[in-house]
Amino acid sequence: MKVLVPVKRVIDYNVKARVKPDQSGVDLANVKMSMNPFCEIAVEEAVRLKEKGVATEVVIVSIGPAQAQETIRTALAMGGDRGILIQSDTDVEPLAVAKLLAAVAKEEGADVVLMGKQAIDGDNNAVGQMLSTLLDWPQATFASKVEIGGGKAVVTREVDGGLQVLEVDLPAVITADLRLNEPRYASLPNIMKAKKKEIAAKTTADYGVDVAPRLKVLKVSEPAKRSAGVKVENAAELVTKLKTEAGVL
Amino acid sequence: MAVLVVADNDNAHLRDTTHKTVTAALALSSDVDVLVLGQGADAVAAAAGKIDGVRKVILAESADLGHGIAEAICDTIVGLAGGYDAVLVPATSAGKNFAPRVAARLDASPISDVIEVVSSDTFVRPIYAGNALETVQTADKTKVLTVRPTAFKAAGEGGSAAVEKVAGASASKTRFQSEEMVKSDRPELTAAKIVVSGGRAMGSAEEFQKVIEPLADKLGAAVGASRAAVDAGYAPNDYQVGQTGKVVAPALYIAIGISGAIQHLAGMKDSKVIVAINKDADAPIFQVADYGIVGDYKTVVPELMAALG
Repeated sequence: MKVLVPVKRVIDYNVKARVKPDQSGVDLANVKMSMNPFCEIAVEEAVRLKEKGVATEVVIVSIGPAQAQETIRTALAMGGDRGILIQSDTDVEPLAVAKLLAAVAKEEGADVVLMGKQAIDGDNNAVGQMLSTLLDWPQATFASKVEIGGGKAVVTREVDGGLQVLEVDLPAVITADLRLNEPRYASLPNIMKAKKKEIAAKTTADYGVDVAPRLKVLKVSEPAKRSAGVKVENAAELVTKLKTEAGVL
Repeated sequence: MAVLVVADNDNAHLRDTTHKTVTAALALSSDVDVLVLGQGADAVAAAAGKIDGVRKVILAESADLGHGIAEAICDTIVGLAGGYDAVLVPATSAGKNFAPRVAARLDASPISDVIEVVSSDTFVRPIYAGNALETVQTADKTKVLTVRPTAFKAAGEGGSAAVEKVAGASASKTRFQSEEMVKSDRPELTAAKIVVSGGRAMGSAEEFQKVIEPLADKLGAAVGASRAAVDAGYAPNDYQVGQTGKVVAPALYIAIGISGAIQHLAGMKDSKVIVAINKDADAPIFQVADYGIVGDYKTVVPELMAALG
């Protein structure tokens, strides 16, 4: 069984994004970049499937600038078998990403696409769902538990107010939520080994997908700032202020 | 232009996230229909008909729709989409599960988490955990938007729109197995007037339950948690407030033992009044808090319980 794991290079989780003064976007120059945290969880799950003997090959794919190769290497160091970099120096919208991934999934003959539910830059939470419908495969999003066997996946999903368990036929698209697993740190020997793993270099044109943006970004602005309030001495003073000053109790 | 709003419901109740999405829809057009998807959801459809400004209610039912299966929901909506210029969906876990599917089927670029309608083709949405706001313009024939409910006021009730029934779709490759809903007498997190949240400082699930839950119950509040507390297993994921969890905007938000990571602030900074209790005076949470107490929650929370009487 072949698992395809798309990964995205994004601003590091711990770095605060800053808006460019000309409102053209977010300033990413000299900012630490990392693998999107939800993608890491997806890679971990795929590698565990391989370790359990359920998956035979874990293929990592990324769409992004040349540096996205580092993100693929990180996934290979975690246990991915080989990578595909579809290079694009401009931002690719979720719809076009889904079309590119659909082409890769078909070309690779993947049985499962396991990916993060959302990237922490665009915060769209859209690609997995779109990919699933473009391929006409079933989807199981926001997964907190995945069991695969007998041509099916049983997925526990995080839904509003609780958990839902779905059974989907393979091939399927599964998107990872936070609690699916805790991703491993790659060991030094595995980082060295990953350097020798193959990464195929592709372009968006190789897949015949139109990646021209559909949405016109008119501006990117800074949200209204909240200013710090006051420190109060104790709980009694707090309750008084909440009752009289703020009027919320 | 006409707009279709997809109702947020559990087959028995209509959630007010629907009313809020209707408000966003009315900013686009005065022709707003509400689509109720479910099974045995007549009461929901009747409730949707009462929302002010709604032209008509469409009710589609099937077992798969009753279980919220995305493939069935998508097929049902796509079957109706021809009559609309925009489809608006509340940005809940359920809404986010199917809205992008609908967009892909209509070859549209979905616009997630809209917080402001600038004009009928231009919208504002948060990106980078709410650290930036993006204004985007779309030329898609059928626009597909998810709407962040906390950013819009709920439409009132006084209408009497008729309910029309259409066939609901089913899914062939997905089967519902079971669900486990958290039973709670507390208000729902995204709709609560007061939210009490705990962070990693709690140290254990037992401590979280012992400290956060009684205070929430005393205030009639919903319980929230930081991602750190959820990751550590102190609270269920469903409690998570933040970029990767739920976005809340209650009248009062009380953060206990939460440092205030960027991703948490993204989920609660639109609250009317924020209270922070943390023993680290330099914790970033104090930069957004209206009222802060620097101190150990172990002593402050019991005092707070006592002060509340």
